[in-house]
Amino acid sequence: MTCPVNGPRAISEFAYGGEIRPMPDPTTCSDDAWADYVFNRNGSPGVKREWWCHTPSNTWFVAERDTARDVIVRTYLYAGDN
Amino acid sequence: MRLPPQSGEWIVRSKPHGFRFEGRGYTGFEGDTIASALWAGGVRVLGHSFKYHRPRGILSAANHDVNALMQAGGTPNVRADATPLQAGMSLTAVNTYGSLERDAGRFLGWFARFLPVGFYYKAFHSKRLFPLWERMFRAMTGLGRVDFSTPRLRTPKRYGFCDVLVVGAGPSGLSAALAAAEQGADVVLVDENARLGGSTHGATELISKVTTHPNIRVFTDTCAAGYYADHWVPLVERDRISKMRARAVVVAAGAYEQPAVFRNNDLPGIMLASAAQRLIRRYAVRPAQRVVVLAANADAYRALADFIDAGIEVAAVIDLREAVPTEQVAVLAARGIPLHAGHAIVEALPAADGKRVAGVKLAPVNTAAPVTEIPCDGILVSVGWAPAAPLLYQAGTKMRYDAGVHQFVPDTLPDGVFACGRVNGVHEPESRLLDGECAGSAAAAHCGFGTMKAISVPAETASPTHPWPIVPHPKGKNFIDFDEDLQLADLENAIQEGFDNIELMKRYSTVGMGPSQGKHSNMNALRVLARATGSTPGEVGTTTARPFFHPVPMSHLAGRGFTPERRTPMHAIHATAGAVWMPAGAWQRPEYYAVAGQSREECIEGEVRAVRHGVGMIDVGTLGKLEIRGPQAAEFLERVYISKYVGLKVGMTRYAVMCDESGVVIDDGVVARLADDHFYFTTTTSGAALIYRELSRWNTLWKLDCGIVNLTGAMAVMNLAGPKAKTVLASLTDADLSFPYLAVREGSVAGVPARLLRVGFVGEWGVEIHVPAEHGAAVWDALMKAGQAHGIRPFGVEAQRLLRLEKGHLIIGQDTDGLTTPGEAALDWAVKMDKPFFVGQRSLKAIAGKPRRQQLVGFMLSADHAGEAPKECHLVIENGDIAGRVTSIAWSPSLSRHIGLAYVQPDIAQAGQKFSIRLSDGSMVTANVVKTPFYDPDNLRQKEAT
Repeated sequence: MTCPVNGPRAISEFAYGGEIRPMPDPTTCSDDAWADYVFNRNGSPGVKREWWCHTPSNTWFVAERDTARDVIVRTYLYAGDN
Repeated sequence: MRLPPQSGEWIVRSKPHGFRFEGRGYTGFEGDTIASALWAGGVRVLGHSFKYHRPRGILSAANHDVNALMQAGGTPNVRADATPLQAGMSLTAVNTYGSLERDAGRFLGWFARFLPVGFYYKAFHSKRLFPLWERMFRAMTGLGRVDFSTPRLRTPKRYGFCDVLVVGAGPSGLSAALAAAEQGADVVLVDENARLGGSTHGATELISKVTTHPNIRVFTDTCAAGYYADHWVPLVERDRISKMRARAVVVAAGAYEQPAVFRNNDLPGIMLASAAQRLIRRYAVRPAQRVVVLAANADAYRALADFIDAGIEVAAVIDLREAVPTEQVAVLAARGIPLHAGHAIVEALPAADGKRVAGVKLAPVNTAAPVTEIPCDGILVSVGWAPAAPLLYQAGTKMRYDAGVHQFVPDTLPDGVFACGRVNGVHEPESRLLDGECAGSAAAAHCGFGTMKAISVPAETASPTHPWPIVPHPKGKNFIDFDEDLQLADLENAIQEGFDNIELMKRYSTVGMGPSQGKHSNMNALRVLARATGSTPGEVGTTTARPFFHPVPMSHLAGRGFTPERRTPMHAIHATAGAVWMPAGAWQRPEYYAVAGQSREECIEGEVRAVRHGVGMIDVGTLGKLEIRGPQAAEFLERVYISKYVGLKVGMTRYAVMCDESGVVIDDGVVARLADDHFYFTTTTSGAALIYRELSRWNTLWKLDCGIVNLTGAMAVMNLAGPKAKTVLASLTDADLSFPYLAVREGSVAGVPARLLRVGFVGEWGVEIHVPAEHGAAVWDALMKAGQAHGIRPFGVEAQRLLRLEKGHLIIGQDTDGLTTPGEAALDWAVKMDKPFFVGQRSLKAIAGKPRRQQLVGFMLSADHAGEAPKECHLVIENGDIAGRVTSIAWSPSLSRHIGLAYVQPDIAQAGQKFSIRLSDGSMVTANVVKTPFYDPDNLRQKEAT
């Protein structure tokens, strides 16, 4: 995997942090919408935006990963939800 | 039964090895396998089958003979057909009651009709009969014995790298390795056999080119056990595992020769032609005196030549094909061997003792009535092949059924994966060399070495595999799966019962689920299914192939741990002081300090007494220690902890609890404010690394103006506690120790800059002393020396657990679990719902209106409690139902009572109420709910030193 700061490193140096999912506004969303955000995950195959961390340098970044083909499409530093 | 010396034989005749099998003495040679030595010694029954306990001999001699498993001393499941013979071995066959000769389990054959297909599903369906069947099967099944006194083996692991990994060193693999190496790639070639060459014999020139090539590393006696992402293949050797990361993988794994299905096709003496060739060429062992060859391809006639050369009498050749090519007919005609073209074996005839083959009955293909009987003591079968494709499947290769060769071949290969030779549907010897060269060249080119050679591999002119080597018989015992003793009718019945999909049929009938994982049965099983459902083998498809390709010993998988063990800077001091170690997360911590002549309990009680009445010190440097700086540091802490920190005064600390997004308590610690924009805070020992990582992720997401630093390894920490602690510390510090409970100060201790946090975890006047790690040992030593006059004792984790329990303080992870909310853990006071936001807040709001599931309470047993006390995780029982559980319990020396914490239902959580705890033996103990802290309820002792 390629860390945007450290370059290509062994996959064993990386930790997965889950899909990047925008948090609904906790002050306005319904209990159901909140529960959906907290407990449900979208497992359908396709290109996902995910949190990954290069653990030796503690660098969090975004990886776009095609879970259907198990291929990392690209990695970059987080700059916002879109 | 030993033949005269064969050219290129593997055995070393000058080195005889004596060994014992089933109590009798035999002699083999260096280079023999157990099976070849026994076969040479005239032994025909090497083991019994799993279900019917039928006698079985050699089938493949290629590491797949799972009916010839042996117990060798403490080692179970030794494969006789692949394990090298060692002098002095003492072996017994598995799957026997009593001896192999007189196996009481053989009666099972007579009861076969009571063991129908899907037996497990049918038998275990009844709840009432389940225990009966379970007891019976526990006693009857299982392969071998585990010796629990076996010394622990430390099997090394290592990591390897190469450009091109070639799996299989037959002609195509050798050729691929050489082609890749000559284009400049760094090549690793692996083969499960002791020598290179695969099924060929005498490819010496090619082998010597490979072994002398500087770019090729060769692993023999090594199994490529699985394919993992990014070309990662574990290479399993006898005493080591190498995790090989390749840039390209060439699978040249060959093919498994497949048995034919006819009545009694499992009798000892019936084997694959390739097995007979191995016996002859490698071990110079005569497979039989007078054989019948069942043929359906060119390979059979090549093998036949070997048998004739070895002086074996070939009584007849039975060929499933009507039209046998003339050059093959000529092989027979020259020697006067009768050919029965278009015929099949209908039944093998057993000898009088039932333990070996004595003849065959044959008939024209597709007719029922046998026309001829031929006496023989061996049947050598060569009717087809199945590709050794598990690695290709695991890598994600799409396979298709090629009717030209009647086998599955790779259709679409994943990037960087190549296939050649028999696994690729290429069987003719010259073609295999070309196919290997082609794959090796392509793999090297894939890694950037040279360009791919344009080589055209001629198509096979005839199928090496017969599409239907299966003959029904009204009396059955025509085995498809030798591991699981499945007969043709079993599969037909399974299909009739509705399990007419390959995955369902496999699970219901257990076909392919034995130790050989269907290497000899999957192809024939799917042919049966295809024929029964009127589809093609390609439409039926194969079951999923998962790692491992071949059994891997647990000792290899466990191997050496690569998880580093963390030690605090005071580790050596603790060791000298008699520390008894326990793991805590990645750390080693003193559980207690052993004192000569005292029991564990006495030592712990002594440590507790020192803290309560004098002074004690514990190494708490394993806590996570984080620092956060920046204008928005307080804002960050407000968001990640459930309490408030914006208003925390500089110089003060506050208890801190962290929840996850579902509102479950995941960590706790203490936050100390050193300056407006500077906090120092702790996490639990086990949570340190993950909490730091998760906080960093939040910070990346929120982009607040602050930065977090992990000081866990950089700081040493000791907690000095007890009524005399202040006096001891005063002698070593310039700091004014009159600062209040829960305050933080910076000063020097024993000349070392330190942060001093006034804490009360153990319930006495206490201070956490945080110093740079490199000075930890010196400060500890100085404090111990200063404390000598006051009877200071180091205390361990056990004493600390008891001391905090007396205070009713909870330990995250022990007194909470993956569902505990702050309210349930009696931490409501810390939750500040009026903050704008914190992680978990919205979830806590959602559950606030719902009835509470459970409540953590303190409890005591009655003062006169005698007998066994409850243990952690014992259940609270109300009206016959589970109503909670004990999370902590201990004998409190300070109170002379058993005290503990437990989750109970809210309606029995009030002080003064009683509940019942069930012990392991089923008896009940009554507990009284009490307010915590149990000890010093007004927290006076921790606030001021007396």
